[in-house]
Amino acid sequence: MDDTALWIVSLLASTVRLATPLVLAALAGFYSERAGVVDIGLEGKMLTGAFAAAATATATGSPWAGLAAAIAASLVLALVHGFACITHRGDQVVAGVAINTIAAGLTAVLANAWFDLGGRTPSLDGTQRFLGLHFPLTDALRGVPLLGRLYGEVVGGQNLLVYLAVLAVPLTSWVAYRTRFGLRLRAVGENPAAVDTAGISVPWLRYRAVLITGALCGVAGAYLSIAQGAGFQENMTAGKGYLALAALILGKWRPYPTLAGCLLFAATDALQARLQGVALPVVGAVPVQIIEVLPYILTVLLLAGFVGKSIPPKAAGQAYVKDR
Amino acid sequence: MSRAIRAALAAAALLSCALSAPKADAAFFPGVVFDYGGKYDKSFNEGVLTGIERFRRETGVTYKALEISNDVQREQYLRRLAEHGADIILAVGFSQAPAVAKVAKEFPEIKFTLIDGVVKLPNVQSILFSEQEGSYLVGMLAALSSKTHTVGFVGGMDIPLIRRFACGYEQGVKAVAPDDHVITNMVGTTPAAWSDPTRGGELAKSQFDRGVDVVFAAAGQSGIGVLQAAKDAGKLSIGVDSNQNHLFPGSVLTSMVKRVDVAAYNAIKAAQDGTWQPGVRTLGLKEDGVGWALDENNAKLVTPEMKAELDAASAEIQAGTRKVANYDETNGCKY
Repeated sequence: MDDTALWIVSLLASTVRLATPLVLAALAGFYSERAGVVDIGLEGKMLTGAFAAAATATATGSPWAGLAAAIAASLVLALVHGFACITHRGDQVVAGVAINTIAAGLTAVLANAWFDLGGRTPSLDGTQRFLGLHFPLTDALRGVPLLGRLYGEVVGGQNLLVYLAVLAVPLTSWVAYRTRFGLRLRAVGENPAAVDTAGISVPWLRYRAVLITGALCGVAGAYLSIAQGAGFQENMTAGKGYLALAALILGKWRPYPTLAGCLLFAATDALQARLQGVALPVVGAVPVQIIEVLPYILTVLLLAGFVGKSIPPKAAGQAYVKDR
Repeated sequence: MSRAIRAALAAAALLSCALSAPKADAAFFPGVVFDYGGKYDKSFNEGVLTGIERFRRETGVTYKALEISNDVQREQYLRRLAEHGADIILAVGFSQAPAVAKVAKEFPEIKFTLIDGVVKLPNVQSILFSEQEGSYLVGMLAALSSKTHTVGFVGGMDIPLIRRFACGYEQGVKAVAPDDHVITNMVGTTPAAWSDPTRGGELAKSQFDRGVDVVFAAAGQSGIGVLQAAKDAGKLSIGVDSNQNHLFPGSVLTSMVKRVDVAAYNAIKAAQDGTWQPGVRTLGLKEDGVGWALDENNAKLVTPEMKAELDAASAEIQAGTRKVANYDETNGCKY
């Protein structure tokens, strides 16, 4: 019994750790795409953020400076994306791919040039990172079966950026559905002409959306390199930006279902790490390879049948041209 | 996408080298092709770098080192070095074996030394290590240090070589404490598994949650994530290939060292002296090819009793009175 409880708690804690970057990146995509700007460049912005965070934390010794640098670096790329797609009406997918390519090459080259460690940054120590927060009463409650551990290791014990991601979901939902900005944001993604007719600037609205995307991607990147990890490694995002995009589609471009999508991906990933070499009832030990494809099979199955039709914002992918 | 660009950059860099520096007279010049992970992986590749750097310092001979960033480059780089007239080419890593076999045939005059793999050609020297023997010793140390009677192993790519580490480790653990549990995880099944520290760290954390308090990482750069996770969680870790004790002093219990530096140094030195011999050489405890690292960083973690026990076992293995099963030969981990 105690073993099972331990297993569940450890699985949940791991799920939360793995879901955090996905949630941040998926919400980033939410703002951009709901405003009608397709953003395939989440991956590149995260990677740049991760590098900027690690490099700055190494240089200054402060994780806060690292976080700020990550957001700033990611914002620059977001502005590039906005400049290409909003101001100059370039193809949004092409611009996104370009950003990913630039980020992958530039971070590796800069890391190598500055630190000479073969595309890595030096390992960071505790004071240069966001470490797990120790919640009050953790030790007092440790004795309580299941709940004590749940409180200490899943609810508490995570780093600051995890809580930021948790807060970002209701906040996004509130902004998108309860504020004037949110209403306009959604409108500009569905029918920009109507927004324009109402006398609101379409480019300015979309720029603001893209900037929020940039900031959130920066936080996601910082999480990877100075909170969950301890340093930057070449291409360390390893496709998380695309996975976040998949979660956004799975969640039909809504905050809470998107969160569910992220948690699902993270949980299968966490499960995958734990099922390796464990003898399961009935079937016995399963080869590593089969367990590793589990998340992908699940994704395909879900996309194929269980979530229903996922309809993107109507104006997503189209540059807005004012009628003359 | 990024790989393509970096490959193009590397090719351009190489081309510029080729144009600016044609091979000067008959001066001795060794070349080396590193594998995935790169020469600063703090592990296997870096071991080779240490060896050739030592050679450079002692003899003043410069070498040419190339790092691959995709599979095709192994063959390209080996051939490039051969065309440049390298006297000896060091190919680092088991996955270079097919490329070495192909290029060595094309350049029968040039000496090739393959580390960690076997190619049987008259101009190829293959160096293997008895990883199971070194792993056996660190397995014993893990079992002697574990308070939870559960120890972990995180491997890089799931290949027979890494299984050999895992198998030796398990035998060492069981030799000390037959009832201890060994939890084994692999980072992945593709070469990307050597450079994914996030995943390595996550696997280590999952093992800690299952009661592991000493974890052995044989996973290239991914292993850094394992060592980091152990440091963060206040557990012990065991490094691999190079001596990694200094990475997190007080948290790294020891390192299973593979003296790739010595192997690399000896190969180049022998080529220079003219004593280089083709064929397969296996370096074990007896040849000082593998071992465990004890220095000022982990001195406090290893008691004299532990050291005595390991030394005794090491002597027995060298004398042949204690047998360590080899995963490859026993066709699975049977002992």
